[in-house]
Amino acid sequence: MQIYLPIAEVSVNAFLLLGLGGLVGILSGMFGVGGGFLMTPLLFFIGIPPAVAVATEANQIVASSFSGVLAHLRRKTVDLKMGSVLLVGGLVGAAAGVQLFAMLKAMGQVELLVKLCYVAFLGIIGTLMFTESLRAITRSRKPGAKPTRRQHSWVHKLPLKMKFRTSGLYISAIPPVLVGASVGVLAAIMGVGGGFIMVPAMIYLLGMPTKVVVGTSLFQIIFVTAFTTLMHATTNYTVDMALAVLLLVGGVIGAQIGTRIGVKMKAEQLRILLALLVLAVCLKLGLDLLLRPDELYSLGNGGH
Amino acid sequence: MRRLLLSLALLAAATTQAPAEEVVAGLSQNRVSITANFDGSEIMIFGAVKRTAPPPDAGPLEVVVKITGPLTPVVVRRKERVLGVWANTAAVEVDAAPSFYAVATTGPLREILSDTEDLRHRISIERMIRSVGAPMDITDSQAFSEAIVRIRADKGLYRTYEGAVELTEETLFRTAIGLPANLVEGDYTARIFLIRDRGVVDMRSVSIEVSKVGLERWIYDLAHQRPLAYGMLSLVIAIAAGWIASAVFGRFRT
Repeated sequence: MQIYLPIAEVSVNAFLLLGLGGLVGILSGMFGVGGGFLMTPLLFFIGIPPAVAVATEANQIVASSFSGVLAHLRRKTVDLKMGSVLLVGGLVGAAAGVQLFAMLKAMGQVELLVKLCYVAFLGIIGTLMFTESLRAITRSRKPGAKPTRRQHSWVHKLPLKMKFRTSGLYISAIPPVLVGASVGVLAAIMGVGGGFIMVPAMIYLLGMPTKVVVGTSLFQIIFVTAFTTLMHATTNYTVDMALAVLLLVGGVIGAQIGTRIGVKMKAEQLRILLALLVLAVCLKLGLDLLLRPDELYSLGNGGH
Repeated sequence: MRRLLLSLALLAAATTQAPAEEVVAGLSQNRVSITANFDGSEIMIFGAVKRTAPPPDAGPLEVVVKITGPLTPVVVRRKERVLGVWANTAAVEVDAAPSFYAVATTGPLREILSDTEDLRHRISIERMIRSVGAPMDITDSQAFSEAIVRIRADKGLYRTYEGAVELTEETLFRTAIGLPANLVEGDYTARIFLIRDRGVVDMRSVSIEVSKVGLERWIYDLAHQRPLAYGMLSLVIAIAAGWIASAVFGRFRT
């Protein structure tokens, strides 16, 4: 069944969108990532204009994250205090990101920047997660070995210390705010929730327990993507309601299924799978940048 | 003074005198409504040649039918390898290119129409794309215009139907032009040209209105006229969908 999208001004198959939403929703629920880093490139691929894909994806992530966070709230695996600190940074970052996006769009470099960001972030995070999870798995197979204690690094020497009871942490508020801000910038320019960066940052940089990371990340993502949606809707008019509804119907159902799958799996297995997924997307995007494209020319809107 | 009046009278006589052959044309639809399940459309263009005298003793009659969408400026960018990656380097702003273009003819356009007539009536797609100022450092601005034609033809937005106009006894003609699913709104124009000896004998122009209707119209207008309300509504829908899914699944589990 074909459907004409009012803002994107293209006609696409409704079932394809529902399916894509569902698939990405499952991943989102399993790993606590918004799934935007997969969905946005997929939307480009089926012919949605990039500006519409980025803005609409932000709207869809609100739905899947909200659905996911409710499941986590019931299990009390959300650190609301940490989430709020991350959010403060996130909103500042998102506001800056929307401005940067508009500027780069005018220069015609937005596509390149978005892809370079993806390759760099996905590459670093994927590799880190992969090696770390491998180490964790081999460690768990040797019951005699003790897990190494977390080292006190520069993160613990900063001022403005706060107590985060749910996470069992007593650390400075500066690193979470910075993590939130950088994720906010990415949310605006890449049309992603930023969970794929925030989740590892929370585990490895802030030292939060894996149990509360997913819920807390989803909590912060809801607000940052809601803010990004509003910014895109009012400055660029690029949020497509019809597209968002189709994606989120599939997405929220997928997220619920994914959350249940995630509970049944071991944290190390979950992380190694996410790492492989992240590396695969990174490789694909990297090749796109390095190999000669079939069409060297591209069209954009003139007369601005 | 008298000479001026005389020449004016002659000019008036020349313009009021009807051409020997006139085109009368109709379309199967004068407006295209884009609804939620719009999946392209087809427009039939048909008509006849009206004559006050027997057909002139000239070359065979040819018919060209052209449909064009609104003209908009386009920025064309070209990628080049920079430090190993492919990045946009050169850009040319083309002043006007049609968002949609389709031409149907009785024969190969290059053979039935002369270049000067093409230039005057802007029939072929190359003549329709207007590019005035390419930056100084770009010497091959032609390649950028060609890229527009190539990319839009790939998307089904620029179409050529050579030999698709059926002409019966140099009097009746008909053809069908397909409109793709990725059509944009605006005022479209259908032009029908009668051609003899590679020159345009008569031309008729009919406008086609392409617009979104129903839910499509409502969403589009809300997004552009009240963006804040639209953004809020999108969020409410998103949150409600997330909450409903969670509630439904929560019940399943218990």
